[in-house]
Amino acid sequence: MTLSAPARWALRAVMALGLTFIYVPLLLVLINSFNGDRTFAWPPHDLTTRWWSAAWANDGARQALLTSVQAGLGATAIALVLGTMIAFAVQRFRFFGRDTISLLVVLPIALPGIVTGIALDSAWRSVMGDLGISKGMFSIIVGHATFCVVTVYNNVLARLRRTGTNLEEASADLGASGFQTFRYVTFPLIRSALLAGGLLAFALSFDEIIVTTFTAGPGVTTLPIWIFNNLFRPNQAPVVNVVAAVLIVLSVIPVWLAQRIAGPQAGAGRT
Amino acid sequence: MARLGSYLHRHPRLRLAGLLSAPLLWLVVAYLGALAVLLVSAFWTVNGFTGEVVRQFSLGNFRTILTEEVYRNVALRSLGVAAAVTVICVVVAVPMAFFMAKVAAARSRHWLVIAILTPLWASYLVKAYAWRILLANNGPMDTLFGGPGYGLPATILVLAYMWLPYMILPVYAGLERLPDSLLEASADLGARAGRTFRSVILPILIPSVFAGSIFTFSLSLGDYITVQIVGGKTQLIGNLVYANIGAANNLPFAAAIATVPVLIMVIYLLAVRRSGALEEL
Repeated sequence: MTLSAPARWALRAVMALGLTFIYVPLLLVLINSFNGDRTFAWPPHDLTTRWWSAAWANDGARQALLTSVQAGLGATAIALVLGTMIAFAVQRFRFFGRDTISLLVVLPIALPGIVTGIALDSAWRSVMGDLGISKGMFSIIVGHATFCVVTVYNNVLARLRRTGTNLEEASADLGASGFQTFRYVTFPLIRSALLAGGLLAFALSFDEIIVTTFTAGPGVTTLPIWIFNNLFRPNQAPVVNVVAAVLIVLSVIPVWLAQRIAGPQAGAGRT
Repeated sequence: MARLGSYLHRHPRLRLAGLLSAPLLWLVVAYLGALAVLLVSAFWTVNGFTGEVVRQFSLGNFRTILTEEVYRNVALRSLGVAAAVTVICVVVAVPMAFFMAKVAAARSRHWLVIAILTPLWASYLVKAYAWRILLANNGPMDTLFGGPGYGLPATILVLAYMWLPYMILPVYAGLERLPDSLLEASADLGARAGRTFRSVILPILIPSVFAGSIFTFSLSLGDYITVQIVGGKTQLIGNLVYANIGAANNLPFAAAIATVPVLIMVIYLLAVRRSGALEEL
């Protein structure tokens, strides 16, 4: 596009400032995790790695991490199945209420998390509690899966739109059964979309705190809840800092994976 | 297996029903069902002596919310915060997304998208925590700029920080779909930058911005964690819901307050649906 040189420079400056704004807080946490000062006086001094070993030995953090991974895997598995089914239904069929269904899938992330959280909480108290099913890992997974469906749905839907049905028709014409067509044609076509959607679903679940707060039973602590509980305890600050730093470093992995799997557009945002 | 397959092939309705049954059962029962319970319990009350929930229809909760000034103020403040966060995100995101989609070289475009994506994967709490350090007394912001400390401005700033990528990405996706040739054609036909922006870029921008705003608006409206971490004494709708469900143990009243953001979001979704924003999500 033809833009004047000053306009280009202005845009370039905005981009640089924006990226600085995005990354400075994260860098600060990384640097602070090596700060020898217990109260994190600024600027940092006496650089040390002892907080890292203290965090590594922290049982609470480790247990919380394990719980988060379990909840994430459970929610992702459910989201993969349900999201793929809706994506196929919406893309391959014309039926009454199709638009309503896509709205219904988006709703759990379009409404504020606290609404989803308190809705599940009140349902659990009023209905599930009476049925004798108490809150715990199961209620967390139900809550997370509900808003994770949309990530798988969006990824698979986009893929189905792009690939069309020609290959599947060819497969059927050549005499493959429905199962064979799915096994050898359809599944390989959507595999990377499933991976990207599943990755996003896992990340969403792993990061979720509001819905988790409302659906976790007593004694079940995910990593975000652990961080939040320890955030205001001064003597835990160094360990919280290291856990935060670890999560920042780890955030590179899903991006890298998504790039490898499905190209630069994969994994865009929550959707 | 094969017979079942060919039977299904001849009966597309049956295939559709099979595909839809499980997900719909889940979303309708687990999600809409829960929302329905929430709505119903908003009309219940809590016995002041025993603390037991009285399952009897009453408009008391809504009367309290509508008549007491505290609740009106908190609702208006939450709306204001959500609107301010959305405006800040639009103002910052549009030039960044425009640079990424139309000015940067194709090679660096890829890396810029990654640079915007990566912080999305860093945990929400980590970001709020980073800002808690940044904004602390004698912290970096205090030393450099003498403020703003914890409070309402800090809440808006940190929420805008959190949700910025959710605005940049849909706007970028929209602009990237806009062919460069259209911009060149507009220039060839004698349009200046301002005219090109109004007539060519804006129609693409509006649905994308609305799509992004659904997230920035909704996520800000319901947030109470960031508010607790950097908001000082600030209270938003989310904090009221949380306080009533926790300390006060008044689930019906919390449910009644929670209908406020639901109502606002439903109105908002219906309003932006006509712009085609939902297809951009």
